Amino acid sequence: MKFKPLLAALALSSGMMTSTQALSATEVQWWHAMGGRLGEVVNEIAENYNASQSDYVVVPTYKGGYEDTMTAGIAAFRAKEQPHIIQIFDAGAATIINAKGATVPVADLMKDFNIEDYIPGVRYFYADSAGKMIGLPFNSSTPLLYYNKDAFAKAGIDAPPKTWEEFEAIAPKLKEAGFTALAQSHSPWIFSENFHSRHNLQMATGNNGYDSTDVKLLYNNDHMKMHWGKVKEWLDAGYYGFYGRAWGDNQDAFVQKEVAMWLGSSGSFGGLTKSADFEFGATFLPYWESIIKEPKGTFIGGAALFAMAGHDDADYEAVADFFAYMTASENQVFWHKETGYVPITQAAYDDAKKEGYYETTPDAEIGILQLSQPGGEWTKGYRLGYYVQIRDVMYKHYDDIFSGDATVDEAFAAMEKESNALLERFNDTYK
Amino acid sequence: MKRVQFEHSAIPYLFVAPQIIIILVFFLWPAAQAIYQSFLLEDAFGLSSQFVWFRNYEDTIFSDSWLQAAGFTIVFSAIVTFLSLALALLLAVKANEVIRGASTYKTTLMWAYAIAPPVAGLMGNLMFNPLIGDMYKFLNAIGWDFDHKLDSFDAGFVVVLISVWKQVSVNFIFFLSGLQGIPKSVNEASMMDCRSPTRRFWTITFPLLAPTTFFLMVINITYAFFETFGIIDTTTRGAPGGATNTLVFKVFQDGFRGADLGGSSAQSVVLMIMVLALTVVQFRFIERKVHY
Repeated sequence: MKFKPLLAALALSSGMMTSTQALSATEVQWWHAMGGRLGEVVNEIAENYNASQSDYVVVPTYKGGYEDTMTAGIAAFRAKEQPHIIQIFDAGAATIINAKGATVPVADLMKDFNIEDYIPGVRYFYADSAGKMIGLPFNSSTPLLYYNKDAFAKAGIDAPPKTWEEFEAIAPKLKEAGFTALAQSHSPWIFSENFHSRHNLQMATGNNGYDSTDVKLLYNNDHMKMHWGKVKEWLDAGYYGFYGRAWGDNQDAFVQKEVAMWLGSSGSFGGLTKSADFEFGATFLPYWESIIKEPKGTFIGGAALFAMAGHDDADYEAVADFFAYMTASENQVFWHKETGYVPITQAAYDDAKKEGYYETTPDAEIGILQLSQPGGEWTKGYRLGYYVQIRDVMYKHYDDIFSGDATVDEAFAAMEKESNALLERFNDTYK
Repeated sequence: MKRVQFEHSAIPYLFVAPQIIIILVFFLWPAAQAIYQSFLLEDAFGLSSQFVWFRNYEDTIFSDSWLQAAGFTIVFSAIVTFLSLALALLLAVKANEVIRGASTYKTTLMWAYAIAPPVAGLMGNLMFNPLIGDMYKFLNAIGWDFDHKLDSFDAGFVVVLISVWKQVSVNFIFFLSGLQGIPKSVNEASMMDCRSPTRRFWTITFPLLAPTTFFLMVINITYAFFETFGIIDTTTRGAPGGATNTLVFKVFQDGFRGADLGGSSAQSVVLMIMVLALTVVQFRFIERKVHY
């Protein structure tokens, strides 16, 4: 019979499932937002962990994108069915950290926790104002500049631009060679949040929002307006391409050789290696020399793992054990190599270096090097409420700048007004 | 006087019970929850909450982005409803007249019916992709400087086109069966009285189709208000600016992506009132003109 092998496979796999579940181990539910290849790596990590010991079983569940995962976690928490571990992204951090009693801080959970073990760029992003780590940085990335080496050779350019001033000098050459010079995949993250970090500018009052929820956004400043005025000029001159708000649309333009340079994430490295049929390189995020002579490090994007409140002590022992496993050097190196996300501990970074990983793939190190560049007063991160909506507000006004429906001044004034109204609502809700 | 009373058992109640339960569980209870939530400022996890009267309504309904979405929703719904009805009626009348290969025409016109809005949206997304989209290339080739990623009108064009395309086949089915329900004798009688097919259509056929048209209008407005969510979500997501943001999509964005339950509830209550008002208007003033 045709169906026999299929039935046998089904029976076998269900048999395997029951055999692992039959063990009287503590189960740890882990909800995450890692789809595609990243999801496979997550499953592999969980399988390896489950095979490494017999006390606990980690069950990873893919819950959709970042927002979907957060919404699912919120709904589950309200129904008192929350998972033990949930992955929450950068823009949602304020929502979960400010809801008092929604999580158990990582620093309390893990034995022998030392924040100094983590690389500087990730240490305080998910910490409270006193510097206590709440969420464990998981998939951490930072914006990088990718460039098409063939396009550069064709245009007769030797090196990628370090500064935006250099970019302005080479953009016309790339245009002559038939390329749009630049595209970029996340205006709020790369051209707003990290713009402030890179140039060591304050982005919100109240210590970038870490000290209080009663804060105001400071995006409506001269440096930002100068930068966006320039971006609009580049767009009109054909040096900048805008292919929509979606991340992939702009990355595709780079992969399909429409644009010569693309600002994306250090985590995009693995995917680009597979999809691009040309030689490309990665380098640091450019900065304006007119604003800062020595650029500062950027901060991370991505997401962290939070232990949700409301479980038994025994469950938290399991969570702590799994967190310890996750942060162990060899697992961090595995995650780093498989996905392109940066290793979060210093030890893992050192091990990857010792192995000679960066000699064979030097581009994989750029993200960590950038995160480890000297920090400034404003490079720790930000903690802003309703930031998901604020990012939508930003996108909206950046569209208006691009289309010419608003001038740069008008767009930033409107952005400031709408964002501050959202921050005020958040403060009134969470105070 | 003796009152006439019919003995009846509980069986009729039993039969309507499933419907009542469905309405209670899936409509009345969530609606009550939304109304309750719309008066609260509550953190996403439900750990603290305060009663704030109409604060959520003031904050969200009077914001520029909500007003923009409301404006777009009304214009969008009117255009989508009108175009999908008009096109479907035209196609149905023409298909009804076809003699040879009639069923082929009808089947071809009908089968888009089975496509869900998000799928239609994804297909549209591919066709209008700036790098690989054939429609995008075609429109630019014929001299339209088309860029729906930045131009509000072009983006509106994309969502209207997809929404109408998806809905025409549903309307077509109803119109066609409506046309086939018109007695042959009426048509034959009208042919003797009047030679102009156009005039015959407006004086005889169209009034006889009125019940179908009215029903479809109600259905189509609801479609344009709510079901096009799947199309907006998979294509423009409200961009550029907030030019193609609909009210339903905004409720979703603020509530489900942004975790602002109070604001999102207030918006959905207002939306509920708007749709209720619209339905009352339709049944009160337009249905009067319909002869069954």
